[in-house]
Amino acid sequence: MSAEETCAGAPSGARRVFLGTRRVRLLLGARRVSFRLHLRTLRVSLLALLLSVLLLGVGLCTGAYPVSPGSVVRALFFGTGERLAVHFVNQERLPQALLAILVGCALGISGAIFQSVSRNPLASPDVIGFNSGAATGAIAVIAAGSEAATSVALGAIAGGLATAAVVFLLSSKGGLQGARLVLIGLGVTAMLGSVNSYVLTRASLNSAQSAHIWMIGTLNGRTWGSARAMALGLFVLLPAAALLGRQLRMLEMGDELAGGLGVPVNRARIALALLGIGLCGTAVASAGPVPFIALAAPQIAARLTRSPGVSLLASGAVGAALLSAAHLLSGQFFLVGAWLGERVSWLTVVDESQRNSQLPVGVTTAVLGGVYLTWVLFRRRETRRA
Amino acid sequence: MSRSPETSPAPGAPARLPPRARTLLRGGGLLVIGGVLLSLVVVSTWVGAKDTPPSQVWSALWTDDGSYSTDIIRELRLPRTVVGLMVGAGLGAAGAVMQALTRNPLADPGLLGVNAGASAAVVFGTGVVGLATFTSLVWFSFLGAAGVTVLVYLLGASGRGGPTPVRLALAGAAVSASLTGVIAGLTVFDAATYDYLRFWMVGSLAGRKPELVLDLLPFTAVGLVMALLLARPLNSLALGEELGRALGTKPARTRIVGLIVVTLLCGSATAAAGPIGFVGLVVPLVARWLTGPDLRWVIPYSMLLAPVLLLTSDILGRVVSPEGELEAGAVTALVGAPVFIAMVRRRKEASL
Repeated sequence: MSAEETCAGAPSGARRVFLGTRRVRLLLGARRVSFRLHLRTLRVSLLALLLSVLLLGVGLCTGAYPVSPGSVVRALFFGTGERLAVHFVNQERLPQALLAILVGCALGISGAIFQSVSRNPLASPDVIGFNSGAATGAIAVIAAGSEAATSVALGAIAGGLATAAVVFLLSSKGGLQGARLVLIGLGVTAMLGSVNSYVLTRASLNSAQSAHIWMIGTLNGRTWGSARAMALGLFVLLPAAALLGRQLRMLEMGDELAGGLGVPVNRARIALALLGIGLCGTAVASAGPVPFIALAAPQIAARLTRSPGVSLLASGAVGAALLSAAHLLSGQFFLVGAWLGERVSWLTVVDESQRNSQLPVGVTTAVLGGVYLTWVLFRRRETRRA
Repeated sequence: MSRSPETSPAPGAPARLPPRARTLLRGGGLLVIGGVLLSLVVVSTWVGAKDTPPSQVWSALWTDDGSYSTDIIRELRLPRTVVGLMVGAGLGAAGAVMQALTRNPLADPGLLGVNAGASAAVVFGTGVVGLATFTSLVWFSFLGAAGVTVLVYLLGASGRGGPTPVRLALAGAAVSASLTGVIAGLTVFDAATYDYLRFWMVGSLAGRKPELVLDLLPFTAVGLVMALLLARPLNSLALGEELGRALGTKPARTRIVGLIVVTLLCGSATAAAGPIGFVGLVVPLVARWLTGPDLRWVIPYSMLLAPVLLLTSDILGRVVSPEGELEAGAVTALVGAPVFIAMVRRRKEASL
């Protein structure tokens, strides 16, 4: 949320109520805190969150084993009804749909931070190589024979952190430059992609296959454990984001102005980068490197809110809605495919045995995200420079 | 790399020499590289997990005495070497043409998504349609490469600023990412296709059948000849569209023929050896650094230097780990990516 404390001695003109903006004063203990609220941002965020919850509800009802809304409510709140329905709703669909919301939110906020700090609307953890580094770490762990979720997650975080650090160091010659960051990130991503392919050929087919699915990013088979871990991570990181969001807004005005307003520029930037990587890291650790959410969510949020600056709240909410939608689509893909296959004989992509399986959510976001980025590039008249 | 901006090439690097001496020097360089390549071919048929004395290699080349070593040389190492030559020459020339065409020294079939297009088409061909022979796969590979080449170029060039490196690279990354999703979706529940794919994705020269050489030959030969013929029109196009037209070049035709060359060479190379990255990027850079910006020299140099890099990578991979063999594609990426990063770091923000 874009919360700004009023600076002591700020000119009284700053207290004017801008169009669509409200100043909110609160008493927190002895301190008086005041926020500036961009109403449209708030509306967009609430709508996006509402949409996520709606998608979650639809997701609970649909799938290879359809459950009626009434039964879903009974299973959720009373745990009664058909045993299979209770199991599917409570133990599989609910944790996965919640995880979709949480991971989407984390990725959206992390993308907003990356894009703002690097001052490049195309920088995101995917583009700067965090995800491919995380994939390398995870593949190394899986290829070494360990498929325990915790060790894979740790390997992913370590790999991602190391790669992000290398990319930042390599591109920080004479100040961080957006275009250079993106190009070096792409180069490192291409190299790690090659390393990943190589390691995959050295693993057994089973390990390679599970590493392959992990690399795409998937929510399938996730249980309450993953959802709880993710929630815990966000519980720690979201307050930090709320606190640092104010400094992020000020940094967007330029280093000198931000410094003049009392922001410790370098420290704030490092703290923000760490926060972005932390958010992305927890998301990748629990769902794998789901592509494009971090890139698209902040851009869509900015377009919807029509606000000039970055809004972490709206980015997170839009990210949650995007990933929820992708999760829902992925769950339906094979059902629709099988339905088509029964009618069109040459469409053999889905055979009957796959009817009940779910597409990894990363496949959906990759395809849709690529189309989105293509559209953005096609539409944009000029490359915005940092 | 020359100091002047890439869009308006300055005269060749050894500018102080008189023209004839310059030509002699460049021709001599070409001969030297050819010699290096020839010796690499020899080393490539000679070195491997099985020890074969040079005399045996020599006799195996001419007569088939039916022994195990002869089989290895005739059935494994020789085809592998020749495929490496053709794939390398193709990728090098395609990279040089692509960089000239996009006026962008960072253009590379891998970064611009051509490989991903070919890969997705090959996966579709093996996994969904059920093809297995090279000749049928190569057409799929062409279609994929062609579609993506045109798409990425259109996307990258769509803005007012024209095809800047960042736009092209991002368009390539976007299309690649989408196609990676498609590939993943096609292979996620199909273990057999995935098992084939994971070995194919590394990019390797190992295990190529002798018949592949003949299948690949027409595509590579036509592509290489066309690339050489394109050198002169591309040269005048490098001076700018209007000046090029005044010099008698038809820009539209040159672009279309250039795209056909890139597709032909990248498509067949990818179908034969899998997506091998960075060769098409690094080699033309080195060639330009050696000869200056004249494409009549850059393209032949690239054709010879790229197989040098590819065969060296292949041989290195065989020597470093004789049991498992490090694939050529992995080695070229490890060599190529640092060069690419160094290039990006040297460039100024304005030219990115």
